[in-house]
Amino acid sequence: MKVVVCVKQIPDPALPGELDPSTNYLKRDDKLILDESDSYGVEMALQLVESAGGGDVSLVSMAPNGAVGGLRTALAMGAEGAVLVSDAALAGTDALGTAKVLAAAISRMSPDLVLAGVESSDGYTGTVPEMIAGALNIPSITFAKQIQIEGGNVKVQRQTEAGYDDVECPTPALVSVTAGVVEPRYPSFKGIMAAKKKPVEELDLSALGIDSSSVGKNGARQETVQVTDAEERQAGEIIEDDGDAHEKIIEFLGELKVI
Amino acid sequence: MILTPEQEQIRRVARQFAVSNIAPHVREWEASGGPQRELYQQMAQIGLMGMTIDPVYGGSGLDFVSYALAIEEIAAVDGGISNVMAANNSPVALAIETHGTAEQRTRFLPRLCTAEWLASIHLTEPHTGSDASAITTRALRDGDEFVLDGHKAFITAGSTSDVAMIVARTDPNGGKSGISVFVTTTDNPGYQVLTKERKLGHRTNDTCQVRFEAMRVPSTDLLGPEGKGLSIALGGLSLGRIGCAAQSVGGARQALRLSKQYAEERSTFGKPIIEHQAIAFQLAEMATEVEAGRQMYLHAAALHDAGQDSISAASMAKLYASEMAERVASRAIQIHGGAGFLEDHLVEKIYRDVRVYQIYEGTSEVQKILISRHLDSLDM
Ligand SMILES: Cc1cc2nc3c(=O)[nH]c(=O)nc-3n(C[C@@H](O)[C@H](O)[C@H](O)COP(=O)(O)OP(=O)(O)OC[C@H]3O[C@@H](n4cnc5c(N)ncnc54)[C@H](O)[C@@H]3O)c2cc1C
Ligand SMILES: Cc1cc2nc3c(=O)[nH]c(=O)nc-3n(C[C@H](O)[C@H](O)[C@H](O)COP(=O)(O)OP(=O)(O)OC[C@H]3O[C@@H](n4cnc5c(N)ncnc54)[C@H](O)[C@@H]3O)c2cc1C
Repeated sequence: MKVVVCVKQIPDPALPGELDPSTNYLKRDDKLILDESDSYGVEMALQLVESAGGGDVSLVSMAPNGAVGGLRTALAMGAEGAVLVSDAALAGTDALGTAKVLAAAISRMSPDLVLAGVESSDGYTGTVPEMIAGALNIPSITFAKQIQIEGGNVKVQRQTEAGYDDVECPTPALVSVTAGVVEPRYPSFKGIMAAKKKPVEELDLSALGIDSSSVGKNGARQETVQVTDAEERQAGEIIEDDGDAHEKIIEFLGELKVI
Repeated sequence: MILTPEQEQIRRVARQFAVSNIAPHVREWEASGGPQRELYQQMAQIGLMGMTIDPVYGGSGLDFVSYALAIEEIAAVDGGISNVMAANNSPVALAIETHGTAEQRTRFLPRLCTAEWLASIHLTEPHTGSDASAITTRALRDGDEFVLDGHKAFITAGSTSDVAMIVARTDPNGGKSGISVFVTTTDNPGYQVLTKERKLGHRTNDTCQVRFEAMRVPSTDLLGPEGKGLSIALGGLSLGRIGCAAQSVGGARQALRLSKQYAEERSTFGKPIIEHQAIAFQLAEMATEVEAGRQMYLHAAALHDAGQDSISAASMAKLYASEMAERVASRAIQIHGGAGFLEDHLVEKIYRDVRVYQIYEGTSEVQKILISRHLDSLDM
């Protein structure tokens, strides 16, 4: 069984981020780390392969400047190898472009199963995985909380508000994994050292046979026009208790039609 | 110092573990006397318990810089737990790897690296600490065994450890060359824990007085040659000092972080106190001191990794960082105002925890003795 996990490498959320005023995109000059949203997919993939008693977990990522920091973390957790797509012409790529690029890289890997996060922590359009499935013309299941592979089928418990649905489809398929459904393992120090020697294949657009004008800023059919801060919350109404505070509160809640 | 990508990853993982698995419980563990063994076993799974030990024996085979970085991260959330980790790694596991026989390595190291066993180091006695050569614990040969009698004090993990590295006198008249080291298990009827001390800080581990009463250990538990114990024990301390400097930086850095955060949130006279220059300048000075301490321990560790003499650099790092940590923790309390004196705020705990760094692994005064002996080797 071959599982490919899409992992996005993002600026460290613990550090203050900055927007590039010309593109309204997050600046990505710093070291990138593994998006926590994708650590669940990596863990899920490792568990699937472990319980199947064999198989291979590979990673795919698109990131600027040959960044591998986040990939190394996922390799240290136990993935075997990674494909990184990096090309100066990709700057400003929108979600559809990202999906096209990742799909092209994935198709060279011929996986049985592709895992992704439901949404990334920094861009969070939540659209890339399904568009990858579209580009690859394979079935896709979203919001997985449990995954099983049986024969040529993938069986997924799909999280819903009320509980979960059991959904099945034939492989190859793409499944997006809900954040928090498994506990990602800590990479061990031995794993970190071993990851140094694991293969990371770096590809550019020409290696994938993608026309650079179809992606990047030029190919993007979507633009972030403006970024606006959320309005600061209004100060609440303070009710002083002169013995009738409960009546005022009941009246207030009545106006809101919550009681 | 510029870290390698692997050293950065190691630091990140150690920090993640400390923040998620230790930080939420520290107050509870201060009250209960310490975490369960399970915590150290989880730490061992990542590789924190035998970091520099050869993978053949279950260690991670890492450099001393990585080890010191990890110690800083654990100490940043809890000093007491970082000290148990430190005792296990260096001196004990490291001394067994360096001086042990093949049999001792295979008997002890795999278990120390998984934290199936924890280790303690027994050097200090009630009447002597700084002057290690004045110890009186005896170990007299009796056939294939040694019989230990004596009294040890301030032993970290004295009641919870499974392996004891004991410094004792094998030749009553031998002076400095009459001292030897033993590594042995604590499940020996002659190994008696007398008291668990109540203390200012490091309440998440057990500091004990231990008595050896006609404690028989096989001669295969002698570590290194008979009579070479003092140099084995003190050699280990010199590396332990780098770890102690890293612990100091960990506590200080956490105090700094909490102070900056508090100074942004707390307002007086119409603005956040961080906008009062008196506070901002204090934070700037604290940050500079923390960074100086960090660079000093990293440099000492890098010297050791490069096979160069690190004794003086380790002593300087330990002296500076441990005194800096108390200063920074004290200023952190000042920035918190009255709140800093309350248990509601972690700076209260950090202030108590960092005090001991000026005492163990050689007091500040002892470091000054060592540094003053090496003045000739300095570039001046
Ligand atoms: C050169 C270059 C510059 C870029 N500059 C910026 C920038 O300045 N600002 C910015 O926000 N983005 C930038 N991107 C990335 C951007 O194109 C996003 O990847 C894309 O818009 C996806 O959006 P999302 O985060 O909403 O994905 P979502 O749909 O929310 O992500 C869901 C899941 O899809 C997968 N996924 C998404 N993106 C990737 C990826 N890149 N690699 C692997 N898996 C992925 C992950 O599994 C993720 O959990 C850049 C990319 C490149 C190559
Ligand atoms: C929490 C904690 C944990 C510890 N863990 C361990 C452990 O696991 N194993 C272990 O063996 N020990 C341990 N110790 C003991 C520690 O190493 C000793 O306390 C330390 O070495 C100092 O020894 P002492 O207490 O006997 O002080 P003393 O040696 O009696 O010194 C008293 C004072 O005199 C000063 N002084 C001594 N000699 C000189 C001199 N020549 N010139 C100038 N000043 C001098 C000292 O600096 C100090 O200020 C621990 C101590 C503490 C508090």
